[in-house]
Amino acid sequence: MSKTVRLDQIAYGRSGDKGDDSNVGIWARTPAGYEIIERELTPERVRAHFDGIMTGEVTRYELPKLRALNFILGHSLAGGGSGSVRTDAQGKAHARGLLYMEIDVPDDFEV
Amino acid sequence: MAPHSSTRQPVLVGNGQGFWGDSVLGPVRLVNEGPIHYLTLDYLAEVTMSIMQKQRARNPQAGYATDFVKMVERVLPRCIDQGIKIVANAGGVNAQACADAVADVARKLGVSVKIGIVEGDDIMGQLDELMAGGEEFRNLDTDEPLKNHLDKLQSANVYLGAQPIVDALTQGADIVITGRATDPSLVVAPLMYEFGWDLNDHDKIAAATVAGHILECGTQSTGGNFDGWRDVPDMAHIGYPICEAYPDGSFVITKQEGTGGLVSTDTVTAQLLYELGDPHSYLTPDVTADFSTIELEQEGPNRVRVHGIKGRAATPTYKVSMSYSDGYKILGDLTVTGPDAAEKARFTAELLFARLEMDGTTYDDSQKTIEIVGTNTACFPGMIPAADPAEVVMRVGVREYDKRKADRMGAELASLLLSGPPGITGFAAGRPRASEIIGYWPALLSKEKVNASVSITEVKA
Repeated sequence: MSKTVRLDQIAYGRSGDKGDDSNVGIWARTPAGYEIIERELTPERVRAHFDGIMTGEVTRYELPKLRALNFILGHSLAGGGSGSVRTDAQGKAHARGLLYMEIDVPDDFEV
Repeated sequence: MAPHSSTRQPVLVGNGQGFWGDSVLGPVRLVNEGPIHYLTLDYLAEVTMSIMQKQRARNPQAGYATDFVKMVERVLPRCIDQGIKIVANAGGVNAQACADAVADVARKLGVSVKIGIVEGDDIMGQLDELMAGGEEFRNLDTDEPLKNHLDKLQSANVYLGAQPIVDALTQGADIVITGRATDPSLVVAPLMYEFGWDLNDHDKIAAATVAGHILECGTQSTGGNFDGWRDVPDMAHIGYPICEAYPDGSFVITKQEGTGGLVSTDTVTAQLLYELGDPHSYLTPDVTADFSTIELEQEGPNRVRVHGIKGRAATPTYKVSMSYSDGYKILGDLTVTGPDAAEKARFTAELLFARLEMDGTTYDDSQKTIEIVGTNTACFPGMIPAADPAEVVMRVGVREYDKRKADRMGAELASLLLSGPPGITGFAAGRPRASEIIGYWPALLSKEKVNASVSITEVKA
């Protein structure tokens, strides 16, 4: 049996810009939480989550010692740098966006 | 003046400036609120270099971070008294002029000081020669050669590493002013100097680079911009980060006693992940660091021990940061109030572009942006159902190479208050105007083609 939680209940995030790409770092609050985000936050799912913001692909890197995943969101800043006319031209809000994702955890998982 | 103190263990490096625009309180408090041995400050972003080139073109004595000079005036007597050395990339495109201004401050204060100047990063004047020699400066993102954009180029700088800063410290500099140096190198250099490391000590240089990355954005590692913000004590007095470094390459991230903020494994992890690309290959001119090897331990309140870091040799190239004029942008916003605020805001944006078209002004669709701020359009389109807010901000933007065409949008915006749907307000900021877009052009250049140089300016009280 499983239940659904919002990602910000089990993980933290920070994002920023790299040219026209953004990076979103997500790290779990606990070791058990890392197993969940490693399983649930696939590049495909993250790509679908940000559809409408980005036009490129998602690359995922794992940093298990930090209980962290690092996502590169390709072409997600509408030009980036001083050229983007978006409110969030630096992708500062992209981590916020991912923390809204609903994910499955075991029923007995404590948040 | 304090002697060179290789006996200092640990070495304390504090960073008081995350970017040009950060609070001047940072460095002043770091120096006054407890012990540190080195004060590092980062002033340069890509756009900054291009602004500084323009300033220098108008005035040969300009083109550096003037805030730095004002800051030095506030802390120099205590720094000299306590033997605190300052390392800053405040030189911009005119490190000598920056050093001259600091020298004037020292004379005014009656303080003796040796100022080290690191130059050689500015390759703007050598580009023709380098390109004649076969360098193409292909854009790292698009692979396009530079030659098509050469006429619009505004600045070209390589990111120098730690070695020239170490050389300046070895020559006795109390203050080292660089042009474009990588942010982590400002921290790597003092540790190389104090512990006698060289660039072949890959693991230690990688560790120092990680320390530099944790420090480089100031309070972003001490509880700023952190999800656990409710649990960050006394954020108003947030302390700036300090690296307490040991000769084995391990270090502790902490902050001054009695300051606010929080240093935890989570606040440090947050900064480790900030603007990170491939964690296995974090490239600087000094080393290739592997961020996946980093281990963190909370060894006490506001003390995080960082260790286990592995590194490999640096690449044979420097990264080159170039800026060029890339047209104009204009942004305007109006607040639209309800009922049906979001619907009216979208309608208003369409009206604006329809009116402009009536006057013969059209923009490429790909260069237009319409955001209805308050309906999750800016950050999370489609993710969260938007409620019916009583007020939203209609934000419209255009990119355009023709400046007059861009400005035309700004002139049309206010009329919507009288000729659009009811309840539009929030025009207090007045008519928006087009501003220049500074394009960023990242490229690579062989290290052997670059000559970093170090000189010393001395003031004797």
